[in-house]
Amino acid sequence: MQLTESNAARKSLNGNEAVAIALFALLAFIFICVAAVATTSEYSFHAFLLSAASVAAVFGVGNRYFARDIVIPQELVDGRPNYNMEPVRVATLAALFWGVAGFLVGVTIAAQLAFPALNFDTAWLSFGRLRPLHTSAVIFAFGGNVLIATSLYVVQRTSRARLAGDLSPWFVVLGYNVFIVIAGTGYLLGITQSKEYAEPEWYADLLLTIVWIVYFLVFLGTILKRKEPHIFVANWFYLAFIVTIAVLHLGNNASIPVSIASSKSYIVWSGVQDAMVQWWYGHNAVGFFLTAGFLAIMYYFMPKRANMPIYSYRLSIIHFWALIFLYIWAGPHHLHYTALPDWAQTLGMTFSIMLWMPSWGGMINGLMTLSGAWDKLRTDPVLRMMTVAVAFYGMSTFEGPVMSIKAVNSLSHYTDWTIGHVHSGALGWVAYISFGAIYCLVPWLWNRKEMYSLKLVNWHFWISTLGIVLYITAMWVSGILQGLMWRAYTALGFLEYSFIETVEAMRPFYVVRMLGGLLFLVGALLMVVNVWLTIRKPASETESETGQLQLQSV
Amino acid sequence: METYLALAKFAQTWGLVYFVAVFVLMLAYVMRPAGKSKYEEASKIPLKED
Amino acid sequence: MSLWKHHQRFERNSILLIFGILIVIAIGGLVEIAPLFYLKSTIEKVDGVRPYTPLELIGRDIYVKEGCYSCHSQMVRALRDEVERYGPYSLAAESIYDHPFQWGSKRTGPDLARVGGKYSDDWHFQHLNDPRSVVPTSIMPSYPWLAKNRVPLDDVESRMKILAFLGVPYTKEMIANAKNDLQQQAQKDSPDADELRSRYPKAVVGEFDGNPGYVSEADALIAYLQMLGTLVDFKTFNNKANLR
Repeated sequence: MQLTESNAARKSLNGNEAVAIALFALLAFIFICVAAVATTSEYSFHAFLLSAASVAAVFGVGNRYFARDIVIPQELVDGRPNYNMEPVRVATLAALFWGVAGFLVGVTIAAQLAFPALNFDTAWLSFGRLRPLHTSAVIFAFGGNVLIATSLYVVQRTSRARLAGDLSPWFVVLGYNVFIVIAGTGYLLGITQSKEYAEPEWYADLLLTIVWIVYFLVFLGTILKRKEPHIFVANWFYLAFIVTIAVLHLGNNASIPVSIASSKSYIVWSGVQDAMVQWWYGHNAVGFFLTAGFLAIMYYFMPKRANMPIYSYRLSIIHFWALIFLYIWAGPHHLHYTALPDWAQTLGMTFSIMLWMPSWGGMINGLMTLSGAWDKLRTDPVLRMMTVAVAFYGMSTFEGPVMSIKAVNSLSHYTDWTIGHVHSGALGWVAYISFGAIYCLVPWLWNRKEMYSLKLVNWHFWISTLGIVLYITAMWVSGILQGLMWRAYTALGFLEYSFIETVEAMRPFYVVRMLGGLLFLVGALLMVVNVWLTIRKPASETESETGQLQLQSV
Repeated sequence: METYLALAKFAQTWGLVYFVAVFVLMLAYVMRPAGKSKYEEASKIPLKED
Repeated sequence: MSLWKHHQRFERNSILLIFGILIVIAIGGLVEIAPLFYLKSTIEKVDGVRPYTPLELIGRDIYVKEGCYSCHSQMVRALRDEVERYGPYSLAAESIYDHPFQWGSKRTGPDLARVGGKYSDDWHFQHLNDPRSVVPTSIMPSYPWLAKNRVPLDDVESRMKILAFLGVPYTKEMIANAKNDLQQQAQKDSPDADELRSRYPKAVVGEFDGNPGYVSEADALIAYLQMLGTLVDFKTFNNKANLR
């Protein structure tokens, strides 16, 4: 006891810790004040939540101070980089949690479309409020945590440098998840600005902006102190993802709150301009969040797992610049035949078709990395999962350009075909490459030789593949069927079907889709069990097979 | 409107030429033989151990 | 050769890389978005289009709040079957005061851009309360809470002020009368109906939810639905003047 006290006496709060404690204490107070003047109980709940998070941050920083050594962790230990992997672990576990939650909400809303009684006549359980919860949970909560975890891992390993900052990486991981909680509970309470994939209201957007700037600085700071002269290509993709998402977020969420006491705000843009800004954002959330970020994962984890160098580093450079240049133009293909001017629609279509090329450049580079190691696909289900992810990436980046052609879009738009397309990308590409990365990361982060059971990984792979196939085929058929029914004419020249008849025709496909989603959820649960058993298993004495060194935790 | 049309015409002709030229330059730079060893080195970064 | 060395910096200098990324992603967005703020077809006003009445505005905010856009579009595309099913294709001017736009991206239910006046107030009330009581095979959720929830009266003025600041032509008179206008529009045989219509032409006045006790969320939402797509008179509208 005496020893601890004398230790504590000798170490002192450093500047960052002192500022953080003061700042969060002040924030806690401000949020309490906001809660007091809030015009609605929902908003006041959020203010209390933010206040509680600030108080927790004060205690967190304090606790960390009392637990830490006198000196802040060093850059190098025994001449090797002293990697900071604790925040990466937390983000990985958060990704698992949000993944399961997001898939569960997805299955729920799929079931609601087949069986509307499942809305239970309750506001916070109704489809309109749960749908953004599903999209945000899978894209931003699951996908976002995967991206944060992998990017903070990859940037350290490929720069051979410890993560920049001491408290900031924690602020990024925890702050981002607080944002997720605020956004998600907001949807349930009816707090939304209705911009698809950007539904959180102004104060949540503000929180995300701050977290994102710190994320950018941590990432950039780590690159700046790298020991490797070359910036590895995965970091280019991560950087493009971080920078572009910041630009898109600020542009699309420009809004003015009714007052500080109100959760409601009005978007600065209106009508056709707002539509264009929204889909400039919306399509590039796909392009930079769900593509560039996950291509970065592909460029690190596939070579690493296959133990092969990247097939063509030159191709990776060419397709990087081509991809980010072309993607940003593609937004207007969401607005074909609308009141958006024709020239903008045509530009959107043209660039979407051109986008096919750099997309397949990425696919080819990923797949060909396995040349000479194809046999590993038979024995390694993790590598197989990532390979199938790249194949799905190729498939949806072919389907996308096809759907952006105006003639095709006139049929496909507003139907389930779009939903099927999105999910072949989201489940097949984004989720599978994420699962693959998680199956690699967990043993590396917790110093295990391998996942607890590769057999379970194999089961996960086959069950969820079946789920994806059921899902996307059901949506293709229902989408094309509904599109055709809407434009069907009788011999006398009248529209053949009333709208409700086309809704009735969707019922069987909605049931199949629900089953597909359920299988995908079951697969994800197997992964969670597997990760749990891997972490619980006693640490292996030797270094893991892939040669990762023992990680220094703070 | 006039300025817009003039601008649009410029973008649709010289803009196109410009971007094609930039793309070709980028290709030439990336594909130049001198860069080979550097890229081979870079492609192995994930496999290095520290 | 010096050019090559110059390029090499991209792969070695992270700050240059960031600027490269920023420039490359700025081009497409600027070319596609900036012209929309001064092209005639996207900023021109069309006769009949007016700002939302206070009740309609609150109704619209409820439409946003409940996520109606998840399943209903508000954009009749310029395609034969859509024009025959829903009515004249939507004009840019019709959503000029929409912060944010509600064009939607999915039609799990039908398009609503021209739903105004197609069904009675009673039908809408029944349908919101229990969709399957009027459309047996509908898969829409029921919204029984809309009739119970009162519309908050205290912040409608500040909402209109913000919108006026963003360019919606709400006059001082409109904002000063906002609370009264809101209540009067949801009242059958309202004495102030004519005054309301002088500020907001074609405003539909009525006891939308059949309950005279208070202004409910159902009142507001139905008032909004009943005006959708009704403002422009397509008998006198000259579509050649609206070249896209």
